[in-house]
This record gives sequence, structure tokens and C-alpha cells, in this order.
Amino acid sequence: MNFLKTTTFLIAAGLAQPLLAQDAGGRVDIVVQPEPPSLMLGLVQNGPTQQVAGDIYESLLRYSTDLEPQPSLARSWEISEDGLTYTFKLQEGVKWHDGAPFTSADVVFSADVFLRETHARMRSSLAHVASIEAPDDLTVVFNLKQPFGPFIGVFETGTMPMIPKHIYEGTDFANNPANATPIGTGPFKFESWEKGSFIHLVKNEDYYLDGKPYLDEVYYRVIPDAASRAVAFETGEVDVLPGGSVENWDVARLTGLDNTCSTGKGWEFFAPHAWMWLNNRQGPTSNPLFRQALMYAMDREFVRDVVWNGFGKVATGPVSSKTNFYSDDVTQYDYDPEKAKALLEEMGYDGEPVRILPLPYGETWQRWAEAVRQNLQEVGIEVTIDSTDVAGWNEKTAQWDYDMAFTYLYQYGDPALGVSRNYVESQIEKGSPWNNVEGYSNPELDKKWDAAAISPSPDERTRLYDEIQKEIVNDVPVAWLLEIEFPTIYNCNLQDLVTTGIGLSDGLRDAWIKQ
Amino acid sequence: MSLLTTIFGRLIKAVLTLLAIAVLNFFLIHAAPGDPAAVIAGEAGAADPLFIAQLRERFGLDQPLYVQLWSYVKNVLTLDLGYSFRQGMPVYDLIADRLPATLLLTLSSFVISLSLGIAFGVAAAARVGKASDSILTTIALLFYATPLYWAALMAVLVFSVQLGWLPGFGYETVGSGYSGLQRTWDILQHLILPALTLGLFFMAVYMRMTRASMLEVSQMDFVKTARAKGLSGAVIRRRHILRNALLPVVTLAGLQAGQLIGGAVLTETVFAWPGIGRLMFESLEARDYNTILGVFLVSAAMVILFNILTDIVYRLVDPRIGAKS
Repeated sequence: MNFLKTTTFLIAAGLAQPLLAQDAGGRVDIVVQPEPPSLMLGLVQNGPTQQVAGDIYESLLRYSTDLEPQPSLARSWEISEDGLTYTFKLQEGVKWHDGAPFTSADVVFSADVFLRETHARMRSSLAHVASIEAPDDLTVVFNLKQPFGPFIGVFETGTMPMIPKHIYEGTDFANNPANATPIGTGPFKFESWEKGSFIHLVKNEDYYLDGKPYLDEVYYRVIPDAASRAVAFETGEVDVLPGGSVENWDVARLTGLDNTCSTGKGWEFFAPHAWMWLNNRQGPTSNPLFRQALMYAMDREFVRDVVWNGFGKVATGPVSSKTNFYSDDVTQYDYDPEKAKALLEEMGYDGEPVRILPLPYGETWQRWAEAVRQNLQEVGIEVTIDSTDVAGWNEKTAQWDYDMAFTYLYQYGDPALGVSRNYVESQIEKGSPWNNVEGYSNPELDKKWDAAAISPSPDERTRLYDEIQKEIVNDVPVAWLLEIEFPTIYNCNLQDLVTTGIGLSDGLRDAWIKQ
Repeated sequence: MSLLTTIFGRLIKAVLTLLAIAVLNFFLIHAAPGDPAAVIAGEAGAADPLFIAQLRERFGLDQPLYVQLWSYVKNVLTLDLGYSFRQGMPVYDLIADRLPATLLLTLSSFVISLSLGIAFGVAAAARVGKASDSILTTIALLFYATPLYWAALMAVLVFSVQLGWLPGFGYETVGSGYSGLQRTWDILQHLILPALTLGLFFMAVYMRMTRASMLEVSQMDFVKTARAKGLSGAVIRRRHILRNALLPVVTLAGLQAGQLIGGAVLTETVFAWPGIGRLMFESLEARDYNTILGVFLVSAAMVILFNILTDIVYRLVDPRIGAKS
């Protein structure tokens, strides 16, 4: 992404003529797991909600699989030379699902009023914004307080969904009855929701792109058991299994079925990155030598090949290789139990046991914890495995009651959005499982993280992030494990199912069924 | 004591028991780690303290525990189950939404297991020691010992995936647009596998119990008398043995009936049946306090109700019970 030059993109959406004529019509059934609590994307931003609501709501931009911004509700945009002013031109003729026109006033309301109140992640990006203006119906201007490199990356549907001003202005957002029947501008409209069974969306006939969407209707099916979901795909009951909806050992079996395709694309923006929180405050994990020993003791390739059935990539540090500013010029922790033993000897490890807290997200994670326990026992570390449910896991990590805790987090395309929050001292605060939970503190690096976020020069940002990665990987504040890959499995008749770096969560605007 | 005074006395006790259960449930659920605000913040993938504080305030979790308990008890006394902040719906509506599906499943399974269980039990007792008796008892033992989860998955694999006879998931064909008789037929087809699977265990229990009880009663003096009177074997079995042998079966049926609401979690999960058991389990995972307390309360009420009904049925089956007390 190049923010320095004044760049104007004038790719009129829909201009790119398809090589192949798309067939219109048809119905698609997709698994959604677990059932979303609500579809109002401005209030709830968990994965299942966004997967369904990504068809209903839209934002100003979408992002390609290499994270380049693309037009969505904005048809063009311009970033000023000094990196302080972002000007968006909106598409013409866009209507909300209830027929009201979508204008710049809706954008200002969404970003400045609604999301500022309800959306924690958006709120922290909005801290860089001085004002949002709407000079005319189809123009929106964001004025920043200082340059903020990753800002062009916040116009994604789950980060900045457009909320209808005429429905929400002046109401109690959380208790607005309209939350039950979401109104967006997206390619599909909300039709009905049989709780516990399915959510039914139908084609938005007034969608602003001619001919799109191609599908007539979409059913999001709630099937709570992983084995049953695999069978549902086998019997043709559902056409798409989104990433992570079946256990890994079923992935290999299902992709071998007739007319079955799979893709790892569509997760580049999120870049799920798995690691173990290591409690830097107490016990053996407070010693950097112990933490380095852990990295050498774990056979992460084995876990990738066996527990994850070959999906994913061993993580080299805090930044995913899919995220901007990734650097592999860091210490490599290859599997080396002898080195681990030597480091434990050097620190004088006295056999004090450590607890592992697995992520309660199914069999794969349980097995992962067991593999790590075995690796650690082999180098002489005493390990016990705690068990708990999701709420208990949240509580234990957020209250720092753990020694080593599995987790995975999204990176949102830029280290300043999804990485620095886990390592800077200002993010040490009890009560959230998403901040600097390990309690790592390095004031020198904090300065670099801060400088990199607001530097107007991409070269400068690259240099700073390179230095940060090199140094932090030696400290091992957390034990990086794997860049997770969640393959999407689908019926091969479905075309253009995943077209952006946000994947299924960006909706089925482009998807069609080959007749 | 007349039947009516007994029932009235039982109802008063029932209300007190329910209230005690409600208070106990309240403390139990608050003792579990985490709260709904933390879970929601956890799912959002990002959270600042302001966000969590906002949620706690909205849910009333910022109040001291005794204030929360008092407002909950007040709600229960006025038959108000509260509001699910997570789902944005009154708990009463959530439960009412799911209740028909669960009752359809559990009641059919109840009827199937009870009628088949007793029928097979009687048949086995009549042929005691013969090969058909051994076959029936062995099958019952097998059903009794099979884990529900495994049986359910196997049923789907065999009858849905391999043979393609019956649908394996859900309550009805999604988006079929069926109505009237066609829809009833569709739902019935979806019902067969889960209802049978859920009923297997109790069917086996009823069968074994009926058989044993029949055999025991058939040794008693009054049966010999009946036989001496020259009554036919069928009449003796139906009017003399079965009626006396049914009491332990009724006790057990009362127990199963108590589980009509909350007892089908596994079956509902495997067959994606949109029932209350799943609502309960998912609410528990999400620490959706009001919903889970609501489901608990309704289940508890159901158990108590069926205990009272069982007592009434006892009297009908065996009039001596009422007369003695």
C-alpha cells in the first residue's frame, strides 16, 4: 500500500468485464458455527456474526488477497500528500434495504457517532481522527490529527460497517428494535431467522451493481456438532464449510470427495496467528532463558503436520507473513531439545511445574496442548494441563491466572492495528484477553512501535518494524506457534466464492453457481 | 386424604421448592468463572475497559450480587423470566420459540420407548427361557449400553448417508415451502431418527424392568388363584400380572418425563434439532445468565409437575395406595 503519493483510484466498480458469463440464480447453503448472537454488525463483531452480516452490511472499501484497497461503497479515494486527509467519493444510486438513499451523512453518522460508541476496535483507530466531514452527498473527508499509516485499512465491513442514520439516529442503539431485522446496503437482505436452525437471506434486487448479486438466496445453517457438519456436507445438505467448521482430520477426507474444492484464501486480512501467552510476571516463564528454552523444546513442524494435518505455517515472530511489514530476519527457533536442556541448565531450572491452559475450541486445540506437554516433558519441564470452557478461558487469561495459555488473534493487515497491542506496556490492563496479557515491558521497543504507527513514510515504518521484530523475537514475550490456515471447503459448482482477503466474511456479492 | 387435598398440598410444596431451586441456580451460575460481558468482549476480538464497563452496566452486572438476586427473585415471583441481553429477546420468547421442537422430540421418544419397552417386556416374560426371550434381552442390553452420542452418529451414517432413507439433520427441510399435510410428513421424517435414538436407552430399561417385574408377580398366589379359576392366560397377563407389574415402570416413566425439557441436549446437538437443550447448553457457554436460569426453572417445574402426575398415576394403577394413607 502506498499512502505517500497522491493516489486516485478510478476503477468504476463493475467496469471489469467478466471473461465468462456468470449464471444467475440458485441457492447456497452455508454452515455458520456457532450460531451468531445477533446480526447487527455495528454492535456485535464476532466471527459468525460477520460471516452472515457481511452479506447485509458494507463498508467503503474491500481488500484484495494481498491487502490492496478496492472500491466498495466508495468508488474512488484520495490520500493527501501529508497523509492527513482521506477523501472518499461514494457510489451513486446506492439504497438501504428499506429504500432510503445511502449518502455521506450515513458515513459520518456511522463512523463518528454510532461506532465511536459501540465498537472497541474502531474506537482506537478513531482516536487518530480529528474530524469527519461531508461536503456533499457523495463525498466524505476524514481529517487525521497526525499521519496514521494503517488508516487506509480500517474501511473494512467488520471494522467500519455502514449503519443507516435514518433508523438509528437519536435512539438507544443497543436496544433499538431494528436490530432484529438488520438493514444494510449489501447484496443480500435479511429475510428470516429460525433460531437454532437457519438464517435466510434473499437477493437485494435494487443492488447498485447491475446484475449482482447472482444468487437468489442464501441459507446459513446452524449445525452444532462438528461431525454432523462434515456429514451434512457429504450428503449435500450444505454447499460450503467455512474455515474451522470441521475438525482437521475431516478436512483431508472431505476434500477427497467428488466435486469438492477447497481454498486457503480469504483469511489474509485477519491472518490468524497462534501463540501461547507466557506469564512474564511469575514462575519459570518470567525468565527469558526459560522462554527461549520453550521455543527450542517445541516441535512446531510436527504439530503443523500432524495436529493441523499440514495446514498453516510455523510462525517466526509476532507478525504474520501475510501481514504488511513482516520480516523473517530474526532468530529462528528450530526444534532442538538439546539446546533447550542447555538453556534450562543455564537458568538453573528447579523443576517448578508450569500449567498449560488449552483453548477450548475443540479437539485440535486439546491435542495441540498434549503435544506441547510431551515436548516439554522430554526436556525435563514439569507440566499440567488445566481445562475450562470458553468463558473460563476468557476469565483466566484476562485476569492473568495462567502460566502458559493458548490463543490466536487476528492481525487486521497492519502491525499497528493487530500486533503492537499485544506487546506495548500501555496495553497492560486486566480484563481483556486481547491486549498485552503476558505483561511484557520494553520501553525502548514501545517508542519504536509508537513511531512506526504514526510515521508518514512507509520506508521508515519498514525499518522500524524490522528492528522491532529482530529484537522482540530474542525476548520471546510469548511463544509464537503457527500462522493458522482455515481452508474453506465447497461444492466446485460454486464460482468466485472467495474474492477478497476477508473471504466469506465479505459476503457473497460475486458468487455464482455454474449451471 | 382425598386426591384433591393431596394435590393442593403438593402444589404448595412445589412452589416453595421451585423458589429454593431458583435461588440456588442463581448462586451456581454466578459461581462459574467469567460473565456474559467478558464472553461478549472475548468474542469481539478486541475490547477496551470502556467497552466491558458499558456492557456490565447494560446487563446490570455492575450492581452488588444481593441486588441482582433480589431483582431476579422479584422477576421469578411475577413469572417474568427476564431479558436475554445476548440474544436481544425476552427469555420467555426464546423458550417458547424452542419449546415445541423439544416437546415434539421428547414426547414422541417417551411414547415410543414406553410402549415398545412394555410390549417387548411382556413378550419376553411370556417366552421366558426361550430363544426369542434371549434375543430380546440381548438387544435390550445392547441399547442400554450404547452411548447416545455414538448411536446417534451411527444412525445418521447408516440411514441418512449410506441408505439415504431419512434426513439426518434439522426439524424440517429448510426453504422447502411445504405447508399443511406435506409439512407434517416432512417434519415426521425428520423426527424418526432423533426420536428413536433418544428413546433407545429408556426403551431398554422399560423392557428389562417390565420383564423382571412380570416374572416376579407371576409367581404370586393371586395369579395361581386366577389360574385355578380357569381364566385364560392372556386375561391373567393383562388384568392381573401386568397391572401389578407396572408400578416400578411408572416410577421410571415419571423420571423420564421429568427430563422432557432438558434431557435431550446430546440428541439435539447431533441432529441439529432446534430445541431447548441446545439453548441451555449454548447459554451456559455464553454465561447468558437470564436465559440459562429461565431454562433451569422451566425444567425444574417440569420435574416437579411430573412427580405429582406420577403419584396420581400410581393411585389409578393401584387404588390401594390412596386408601392406605
